[in-house]
Parts: sequence; C-alpha cells; structure tokens
Amino acid sequence: MQQEIVISAHNLTKKFGDFVATNQITFEVYAGEIFGFLGANGAGKTTAMKMLCGLSTPSSGEATIAGFDVYKEPDKIKQNIGYMSQKFSLYEDLTVAENIQFFGGIYGLKSKELKAKTKELIETLGLTNEAHKLVGSLPIGWKQKLAFSVAIIHEPKIVFLDEPTGGVDPLTRRQFWDLIYAASDRGITIFVTTHYMDEAEYCDRISMMVDGYIKALDSPENLKKAHGASTMDEVFFNLARGAQRQGD
Amino acid sequence: MKQFTAFVRKEFYHVFRDPKTLLLLFGMPIAQIILFGFALTNEIKNSKIVVVNYAQDEEARQLINKIEASANFEVAEQLMNHREIEDAFKAGIIKLAIVFPNKFSQTLHHEGQAQIQIIADASDPNTATTLSNYAQAIIRDYQSSLIPAETKALSINTQVRMIYNPELKGVYNFVPGVMALVLLLVGVLMTSVSIVREKEMGTMEVLLVSPFNPLLVIISKAVPYFFLSLINLTIILVLSSTLMEMPINGSLFLLYFASAILIITALSLGLLISNSTDSQQAAMLISLLVMLMPTLLFTGFLFPLENMPWPLQLVANILPSKWYYIIVKSVMIKGLGWASVWKEILILMGMTAFLLTLSVKKFKIRLA
Repeated sequence: MQQEIVISAHNLTKKFGDFVATNQITFEVYAGEIFGFLGANGAGKTTAMKMLCGLSTPSSGEATIAGFDVYKEPDKIKQNIGYMSQKFSLYEDLTVAENIQFFGGIYGLKSKELKAKTKELIETLGLTNEAHKLVGSLPIGWKQKLAFSVAIIHEPKIVFLDEPTGGVDPLTRRQFWDLIYAASDRGITIFVTTHYMDEAEYCDRISMMVDGYIKALDSPENLKKAHGASTMDEVFFNLARGAQRQGD
Repeated sequence: MKQFTAFVRKEFYHVFRDPKTLLLLFGMPIAQIILFGFALTNEIKNSKIVVVNYAQDEEARQLINKIEASANFEVAEQLMNHREIEDAFKAGIIKLAIVFPNKFSQTLHHEGQAQIQIIADASDPNTATTLSNYAQAIIRDYQSSLIPAETKALSINTQVRMIYNPELKGVYNFVPGVMALVLLLVGVLMTSVSIVREKEMGTMEVLLVSPFNPLLVIISKAVPYFFLSLINLTIILVLSSTLMEMPINGSLFLLYFASAILIITALSLGLLISNSTDSQQAAMLISLLVMLMPTLLFTGFLFPLENMPWPLQLVANILPSKWYYIIVKSVMIKGLGWASVWKEILILMGMTAFLLTLSVKKFKIRLA
C-alpha cells in the first residue's frame, strides 16, 4: 500500500523528571485516514499529542508532521494542523459567530472568505438561530461540534482531537463522528484520542497505549482477530490488564 | 495585522461582557479618588475645641474670635474652670483645649509677653501635633498684628510661604498616589487574570497551536488594557481636577508619557504573574499582594519615605511606583518639564524594559 505519510514518529519520548510519560513510540499516519489513539487515563496519549502539535518539546526521538520536523519547523507545522483541546476550547463569552470570526481571523483567513465560511458553518451546524447567542448558553454537544468545525476552519492537512467527545451522550457522539467523517472525506487526516471503545470501531486504524508504550497498532478488525475478541472492549482489557499506572 | 485586530476585538468583548471586569476597571479609580479625596485626608477641619477664658478681656476675645473663624477649629464650649477640661477630653468631644490666664491683656501690655496654654489629646499623636500647629499659627499671626510697624525692638520675623501647595491640601499628595495605585493595580490584575483565564479554559493551548505568533498573543493582550488604562487615567485626572481642584500645572503630554511607561510596567508584571500560576483566583491574589501593599507603603503618599530606615528606602527605590509618584508630583503640582524629571523617567523606563524583557522571556519558555 503506497500512501502519503503525514505523521511519522520514531522513538518519540517525553520524560518529566524520572517519569517517562511516553516511551519510544514509533508509528506512522497516512493522509486521509482516521487514526485513533487509544489508552487508559494516564497512558500518555495527551503528552504524545502535545509533542506532535508543538505544544511540548520531545525529550528524544524524531517526528515529522506534514513533512515538517517538530524541532526545526514548528511554525510550518502550525499552519498545517488544527487542534481541539481536551478542555472545551471556545470562548464562552463570545457568540457563535464571533468565535468563528476570531479563530478564522487568527488563522489568517481573508475577510470575504471568512464571511462565507461563517455563514456556511452556521448553516451546516444548524445554528442559524443561535448565531448571535453566547457560546456559553449552548448545550455541550453543540459546543463540541462547533469547536470541531472551528478547529478545521482553515482546512488543515491534519486535525488533532484530544478526547473530543468527553461528557457527551451517545447520540451527539454519533453526530460528532458524522462531522469527522465529512472532514475525512474532504481529505483531512484525523488524529483522535479517546477512551470510548465504541469510537475506536469508527477509526481506520488505532494504536493502543499502555504505560507510555504503544502496545498494538492495526485496524480494529485485525486487532479483534489477533486477540480472538468480538469487541474492542475485550481487546483493550487484554492489552491494558498489566498496566501499572492508574488514572491521571 | 488581520490576526491582530481579530484578537484585540476579542479582548474588548471579554472586557465589556464581564460586569466584574468593568466594575474593577472603571469603578476602582472613581472609588479611590472619592475615598482619598474626601474621606481619607490628613487635613483636619472643624475640630471641636474648648476654651477656658480666665481673662475675659479684649485681647483674649479677639484671639478666640480668630480661632473660631478659622476652618480648622470650632469652639464647642467656653469653660469656666480648667478642671472641666479633662472631662471634656474624656467625653471625647474635643481634641484640643486653650487656656487664657487671668489678666491676659494686662500682662501682655505691661510685661511685653503673656502665655497661653494649649492642651492637646496626644492619644493620636499626629492629630495632636497638627492641631497644636494650627493653633500656634493663628496665635503667631495675631501676635504680629499687635506689633506696631514702627517698633524699633530687634526681632526676627519668620515669613513662611508654603509654595506649590499654599493651602496644604492633602489631595496634592493623594491624587498622584491614587494614580500610581490604580494604574498598577488595574494593569497587573487585568493582564494576569485574562491570560490565566485562557489557560484555565483551555483556549491558550489552541492559541499556541495556531500559527498566531506567541509574542503577538502578548501584544494583543496588552493593547486593549493599555488603552483602557489610559482612559482610566483620564477619568482620574478629570475627577481630581474638577472635584478636588487638583492642578495640572505641567505638560499633559509628559504626564501621559510617564503614565504610559507605568502602564507598560504593570502589564509586564501581570504577564509575569500569569506565568507562575494556572488559576484565576491565585493570579488575583498574587496581583493584590504584590501590588497593593508595597504601593501603599513605599510610594510615599501615605508615609514619607525620608523617615524610613535605609533598608526600607532601598525597597522603595526598586519599586516603579515611587519614581512615577515623583514625576507626577513634579509635573502636576510644580509644573516641571522634561529637564527636571528626565532622571526619574529614565529610571522608570529602565525598570519597565527589564520587567518587559523578563516577562516575555518567561512566557516563551512555557511554550517549550
């Protein structure tokens, strides 16, 4: 399979003092795929993602994002990625439209482009009546859908989603994944961390992190086959059974 | 540039949509000016006194009239006996008593001198000193009016002129102090809290992942608060010159220039504080601790720095507010120009440059 590699990590390690948060992880993500980054709380998912986004400098190892080196070209990386943080990442005291305008603005979208984009986004999300309401007054599911749309407002090559569906009901989660699929269809590579195993099934390939290591990396089907399991839950239990770290 | 304006607009939304921020921003200067201008003053007006007049003669009566006519005193009662004085003090009505001895005029004219006793309640030493000074000044004044112009006797007359503040008004001290306090407090609080809020909300991560230059994050945060602080300064100046007759004798431009430097100092300090904490409450607390006490104690507007032991004077010297205070007083009251305050301006600029570099450096480190 000859595919363009958009994320490549090689022996990527982050240490905080004696604590090794991510230990020599090596993987590749292909253009256009939905890559699930799974693991229990404290397994090192967020740390790994922060290194890939340029929020955190690796202790050792190499990584390139969209072909750019994480050490040398962080500015070029920033132009090619979108990011949605674990904490809800919009301004609650700004309206829906103002949030879109702001994030579009800092990503350098042209006024005309931004105007059209704002209108389009508000319509696709069905927020026409809420466009001028403060984001803080919206239900959490809508906020998260909006946050995702804002994270890809500049049509990045890759979008990093850090546990995007925390605290959301299954129906909203399903709708959220529809947005992810739509973005993926447009060619945006999705890198998503989660600890919901049902979401893992939605991914093209997943990696399982346990105690800072990547313990498994394959498509959900292959992983289930390899572990003789019928669900991803079983696969996860199989892999995470020996975990030393508990929680965050 | 487009990015920058988008960011600045967002900052203004934050300010104008948060009643607490607005109250802090514009309520504080007004409250401070009114507090310090009207309520907290070291001038003593209409202090109640008692007079024991054993003399009951012309000179004593004239002098009592003069005392009563002054804005500082109000004769509450004329007592017949000095034994009643202590009761009056104990009752807490009066702060000062004046006793005229028997045959006051007679002694004065025949012997060339006479005595008046002033008794002050020194349980509050400052008030006691101030009040007895007021009384002595009135008596001295009266005495000089008694001496005929052609008198040949040798005498040295002191001629006291209180220049720059002839009425010895307290606001001349307080307004510059309040300016320093408000500019520092508002600047430090606003910046630190607004940056820490982004961290708390998780939006800081998103900003740092975006191609928006981190340095621009700082500048875009600073710009709105810089202008709001200038508006604040204008409010203080307008209030103090209309309500309190505070003069602005020197160049307004120089005044705003010095204030702009102080505001930048405050913004850098706020940035510095925001680096050391992740919660808004902590940021607020640190800002108050770091700013409020030292500014109140060591700026010189509440307690004269000259009387402090040298270690404390040293502390005062490293505080920007002290230098700003000197500049503002010189410019507003004495009407001095650049030539007289360039040294203080340079010191203030040096401190600001140092703090700004330090805070920007620190901010960058956090990104790694």
